[in-house]
Amino acid sequence: MIGGAAVWLYLALGRIAGISGIATQALLRSRENLWPLMFIVGLGVGGWLAYFFVGPRAFPPFDQSQLMPLLFGGLLVGFGTRLGSGCTSGHGVCGIARFSMRSLVATTTFLIIGIITATGLALL
Amino acid sequence: MKNLSGFLAGLLFGMGLVVAGMTDPEKVLAFLTVGAQWNPSLIYVLGSAVVTASIGFAWVNRRMAPLFDESFHSPSSFVVDKRLLAGSVLFGLGWGTAGYCPGPALVGVMTLDHRAALFLIAFIVGVLIYERWFSPTSDLLSRA
Repeated sequence: MIGGAAVWLYLALGRIAGISGIATQALLRSRENLWPLMFIVGLGVGGWLAYFFVGPRAFPPFDQSQLMPLLFGGLLVGFGTRLGSGCTSGHGVCGIARFSMRSLVATTTFLIIGIITATGLALL
Repeated sequence: MKNLSGFLAGLLFGMGLVVAGMTDPEKVLAFLTVGAQWNPSLIYVLGSAVVTASIGFAWVNRRMAPLFDESFHSPSSFVVDKRLLAGSVLFGLGWGTAGYCPGPALVGVMTLDHRAALFLIAFIVGVLIYERWFSPTSDLLSRA
């Protein structure tokens, strides 16, 4: 489904489905182009609909120990995706599918660093 | 048509993320934490999406132009530089810490997951800090 969505966006608009880039455009450039915002709206509606098929989900109660990892992680991901021009969808899915060397290097890097980080934190 | 196409792409993408389990940060962290509890299932999500997109992109590239625009807008840079590497390192650190990347966080907010909301607020701050003080150009469209 994710791959199909990426192909559809490329077929229809000729755009790469990189969510970090689309989200940034939706945030800062919606006056020039509305489709990025519509993509984000679709993303939310699609996710919401899918829960009806997957079944209702109970979130774990708010745990204060999660606060710092979520905020710190969000800050790094926000800054990192702009500096590195992409995230899991843009580099990991679309970039590798286009045989882009930049994306292959980026994906390998963030997967390895992500695994080291998560494994290291779990050991603490 | 552009807006409708964007909406439909997002719709399918969002459903895919939920079905794949990417919207559960604990599952993502279980995938990124190598050890006794390692859950490698998300590698199949990434792998199948790449294979599907790869076949689809090759098919679409036989066209002269996309359906609703005059030309394709693929990123044209092929240079692996320090910005790409540094950005990917920071992204990996954040992803491994929080268990969220941007897509699943956006879906999570819509389903009123407080974890996604906290992550997304910080994500937006991170993007704005970059755009305000570190962006070399304002040309976002070519770098999506």
